[in-house]
Amino acid sequence: MSKNANTNKVRLGDKMKNMTDTNLLLTITIVVFFLMYIGAVVFQGKGFLKPQTFLNILNANAALIIVSCGLSLVMITGGIDISVGGVVALISMCCAVWLDRKGGNVFTAVLIALGIGLLFGIVQGFLVAYLDIQPFIVTLAGMFFARGMTTIVNTNPFNVENEEFGALKAARIIIPGLGSTTKKGIYVNAYIEIGVVVALLVVLVMFCLLRWTKLGRSFYAVGGNQQSALMLGINVRRTKFLSHVLCGLLAGIGGFVYFMHVGSGSPSHASGMEMNAIASSIIGGTMLTGGVGNIIGTFFGVLSLSTIQNIVSSAGLDQAWWTGITIAAMLCLFLVIQSVVMARKKRSGGKK
Amino acid sequence: MQKNTTKKSGIGSVLGGLVRNQIFIPIAALLLLVLFNLIVDPTFFNISVDVNSDGYRILSGPIVTVLNFGSELAILAIGMTLVTAASGGQDISVGATIAIAGSVMLRVLCGTNSRPDTLQAPIIVAFLVGCLAAMLAGAFNGVLVAYFKIQPMVATLILFTAGRSIAAWVNNNELPVISDPKFAYFGGFLPGIPIPTPIFIALGCMIIIALVLRFTTLGLYTQAVGINESSSRLNGLNPAFIKFLTFVILGVCVAVVGLIKVSRISSINYSVVAKDIEMDAILAVALGGNALSGGKFNMWASILGAYVIQFLTTTLYKCNVRSDALPAYKAVVVIILVVISTPAVRTWFSKVGKSLKSKLQTKEVA
Repeated sequence: MSKNANTNKVRLGDKMKNMTDTNLLLTITIVVFFLMYIGAVVFQGKGFLKPQTFLNILNANAALIIVSCGLSLVMITGGIDISVGGVVALISMCCAVWLDRKGGNVFTAVLIALGIGLLFGIVQGFLVAYLDIQPFIVTLAGMFFARGMTTIVNTNPFNVENEEFGALKAARIIIPGLGSTTKKGIYVNAYIEIGVVVALLVVLVMFCLLRWTKLGRSFYAVGGNQQSALMLGINVRRTKFLSHVLCGLLAGIGGFVYFMHVGSGSPSHASGMEMNAIASSIIGGTMLTGGVGNIIGTFFGVLSLSTIQNIVSSAGLDQAWWTGITIAAMLCLFLVIQSVVMARKKRSGGKK
Repeated sequence: MQKNTTKKSGIGSVLGGLVRNQIFIPIAALLLLVLFNLIVDPTFFNISVDVNSDGYRILSGPIVTVLNFGSELAILAIGMTLVTAASGGQDISVGATIAIAGSVMLRVLCGTNSRPDTLQAPIIVAFLVGCLAAMLAGAFNGVLVAYFKIQPMVATLILFTAGRSIAAWVNNNELPVISDPKFAYFGGFLPGIPIPTPIFIALGCMIIIALVLRFTTLGLYTQAVGINESSSRLNGLNPAFIKFLTFVILGVCVAVVGLIKVSRISSINYSVVAKDIEMDAILAVALGGNALSGGKFNMWASILGAYVIQFLTTTLYKCNVRSDALPAYKAVVVIILVVISTPAVRTWFSKVGKSLKSKLQTKEVA
């Protein structure tokens, strides 16, 4: 009996060893997400079985998915960007002021969003890649700068009243066949917002970029080992720079999607978003040390994070502080799991 | 450096030595700020004697404010310098842990009632319990950094998010108010003494850390671990424990600042107390010319840096900058400082300096 179990363990261990780090962590993430969702269905009732509950998670977190994708890119390259939350807040404030006070149109608002995101990406990328400053310091300054600028642009929160934008914000894409009947017997269609489509597109594009393009592979190479990447003839500085620029661009897209979801500008918008994005990436199996990670994992990371938030709030622990504590606890747990799994793997690999 | 001490340019070499000295950066920044204030508004340096609500005479004026609030920052800078030197990263959870420590102290002082008429416990007990809480928070960060080898800033990100929530949870989200005037001494004034108490507390902390650095090997070991972890292990040190220790020491500093913070208003506001102070503390260390990637440190430069940061903040307030917008200006200052201290820019500077020198020499020859 014990011998049997032993061989089983060895076989599992072998499998783990044969997997790449990325796939191993990705598997853990996906398994955790499904376990959690099944747990939610079992313990929290049938609410979680409705497709719309799941779609609402997507609706509420489309911006977070986009921003987390950008963050994953930077983390795979071995850096970090904590300015994204501030950038998103700055973008929604600027777009809100542009649409509401200055009477601009939606198209230029999108351009503004992308422009701000790109600008942050380029400046931070330059400082990190070409001047060798620690990414954390640069983006911490970026975060404070963005938050400060948000209040300089406008101090008070306000709603946007712009017809064109209102139509865009209210637009829903109906998914046939997934609707449900309410208690009154009315059939309600399942829907997603435009932001979700954008988010899914971003996930797809980023996945392809990371897996099949030269640039994507060089992100992994630089994150894994800078020295050997350099010796392979990869332009390390340029790669790092591009990762920050892409992250900034995605923060720009995410900022507009966020703005489309909330439809207002406020200095307190997206507070803690950088934390959620980092947590999602880590839960999704992106290693902080760089070189390991997957966009699909990040996608599931966001879903896991918001599922646990839903569980917490539907369990009656609705006070604001519980969300913060749960996310922090979950992040801590996954960080420790990563650290332990990697240490064990290294040790067993070394013995071999 | 030896090469430059040819007697040819006496003043130049003295200046060069001064520029290379670490403490030059904060002093230069301080002089710039003083100059700026002298030009814009010389009343900045006026110190007047006022009478406070208790009938005691106290000193007031922008400079006193700088010394008063800069003291909090200086205490934090002591711990932050050690953490930076040992781990090569910074603790960004200090603001949140100040909230926790302050909240715990108020909880102990208030007992179950949120607005007691008398204190439920002696202040020293409350401080010690708060100290314990802050040290636990520091130990948590320390374990993640030292034993699980997680980057310091990411490990402390956990408490950075959860800290204020925990602080609110400790007091059931109530806002306790202490009515005992004795509690207000730590952030205000002792009766009969016109100088704000935080200055004395900061002086005490500085004396303690000076003694510790002078008579123990803490400073040496911290630098050794920061410079090269594996070689310090080969020399018989325990790098993980030293990193852990620096985080716990930072916890003690945080508790002292927490006491001052809650004593100032005899209450607490979980989302506002010590907001953005982590930025200022990191800035103080950077301004002190310490490498943010760890290794050698100069404690006095950091402490001076802390006061300079507060000088900057007060100056900005004087120029009618809103408190919400402050971070934007400070972020610009950080970036400029950090850019100046990068090797690439430094070599560029020295190149320019050398070409200037050679030009001068050719002139002399001519």
